[in-house]
Amino acid sequence: MAATQEEIVAGLAEIVNEIAGIPVEDVQLDKSFTDDLDVDSLSMVEVVVAAEERFDVKIPDDDVKNLKTVGDATKYILEHQG
Amino acid sequence: MNSTNRTVVVTGIGATTPLGGDAASTWEGLLAGRSGISLIEEDWAAELPVRIAGRIAVEPTETIPRPQARKLDRSAQFALVAAQEAWKDAGFTGRAGEPGEGPDVDPDRLGAVVASGIGGVTTLLEQYDVLKEKGVRRVSPHTVPMLMPNSPAANVGIALNARAGVHTPVSACASGAEAIGYAIEMIRTGRADIVVAGGTEAAIHPLPIVAFGNMMAMSKNNDDPQGASRPYDRDRNGFVLGEGAGVIVLESEEHAKARGAKIYVEAVGQGISADAHHITQPEPSGNGIAKALQNLVDNTGLKPTEIAHINAHATSTPQGDVGEIKALRQAFGDDVDHMAIASTKSMTGHLLGGAGGVETVATVLALKHRIAPPTINVDNLDPEVDADIIRGEARPLPEGTIAALNDSFGFGGHNVVLAFRTV
Repeated sequence: MAATQEEIVAGLAEIVNEIAGIPVEDVQLDKSFTDDLDVDSLSMVEVVVAAEERFDVKIPDDDVKNLKTVGDATKYILEHQG
Repeated sequence: MNSTNRTVVVTGIGATTPLGGDAASTWEGLLAGRSGISLIEEDWAAELPVRIAGRIAVEPTETIPRPQARKLDRSAQFALVAAQEAWKDAGFTGRAGEPGEGPDVDPDRLGAVVASGIGGVTTLLEQYDVLKEKGVRRVSPHTVPMLMPNSPAANVGIALNARAGVHTPVSACASGAEAIGYAIEMIRTGRADIVVAGGTEAAIHPLPIVAFGNMMAMSKNNDDPQGASRPYDRDRNGFVLGEGAGVIVLESEEHAKARGAKIYVEAVGQGISADAHHITQPEPSGNGIAKALQNLVDNTGLKPTEIAHINAHATSTPQGDVGEIKALRQAFGDDVDHMAIASTKSMTGHLLGGAGGVETVATVLALKHRIAPPTINVDNLDPEVDADIIRGEARPLPEGTIAALNDSFGFGGHNVVLAFRTV
């Protein structure tokens, strides 16, 4: 069953917490991975791989650069999840 | 100020070793003659011919936050722990240029030289396992910056804001000492005022253990872990692998005095040579090591009569321990009689590229406190060891100005001798 927006944000929050140590409550739709959440370009690859597994979605490398915020990633996953 | 021949001093020390999570607890363990060697508890060791090692006493993840730790190879974690301790011990509280409450340091005058013998070997091997078992997508994007051998130096440099130069000399088990020697030169020649320098190693993994074991280089005394590392003993049969890091803060004497720093000892200098003989066997006459000792005397003006203590390389191999003593005799003759010699590897195991760092910390503290740690497990001194080995208990060192050496030799024929002197 496809994940809801709330479930995706909550899932991304857990992933970002695991990888960057940011408290889950700070991971909000408007937050930038790089500027707000201490996720550098290498760690972003980890976030993407973890999100792919969790939400059954493929995020090609070319699309990763467009995922600037948690909102971008959530929207992408909502539209592409299997 | 003569910018090409400045006096260099030690103003901070840090260590994380099989004996303790800092320099003080390590030193206490060394003076007490305590062994840090134990059976390897992980399942992977159960069927190996060598099942003993000197595991770190305090896991670095107790002080390094998890998000940072997961991007660092274990060797870099050790280096960071030891470097932060040394930095704080030298009186600094924040990054250079961002001092907090401590004295400020010009980042352009601060260097970092931290070495390891094998680099991020556990990261490399673990990520290859991930590739084989879980596929391409799961290999960590942090793999390369974790496994590269300059990673500990680079991470220390970033942590402290060191911009005068960050370096990683790699010379197997001489790496840590070579790093400190390189740092002394950076200050002596005026490239930097302060350099954080040392060695680290984290190679307790089945592949290095099996590979060293197949070279017949390691002790297989699995039934007696604490007695397995026994330099100079008649029945020694190879080294025991240890892990950890030792890092010191080196500083120009002028800079240290200007800021009123606590000074442990003078870093007199180094002697270096290469055997050019065999990729793993030491040159049997001891000529290579003797040449390094002679270079030390020639380069620094240190008098052999000043040397009261030597923290020896002696790893507990049949050939190496005796070869080092022969070389000392060749270089220093009868003066060796008044040098109290210890191999602290009898307690820590052999930390490979970390050895020069940790043993420099021990050498500095021996001079500072005028007491040298013992060599443990010398039940029957090898009759070929013609020197004063400190056995069993720590030994007070003489009053007056005295010097001490730290010897480090590495596969490839690298010979590095560092000298320190009381102030």
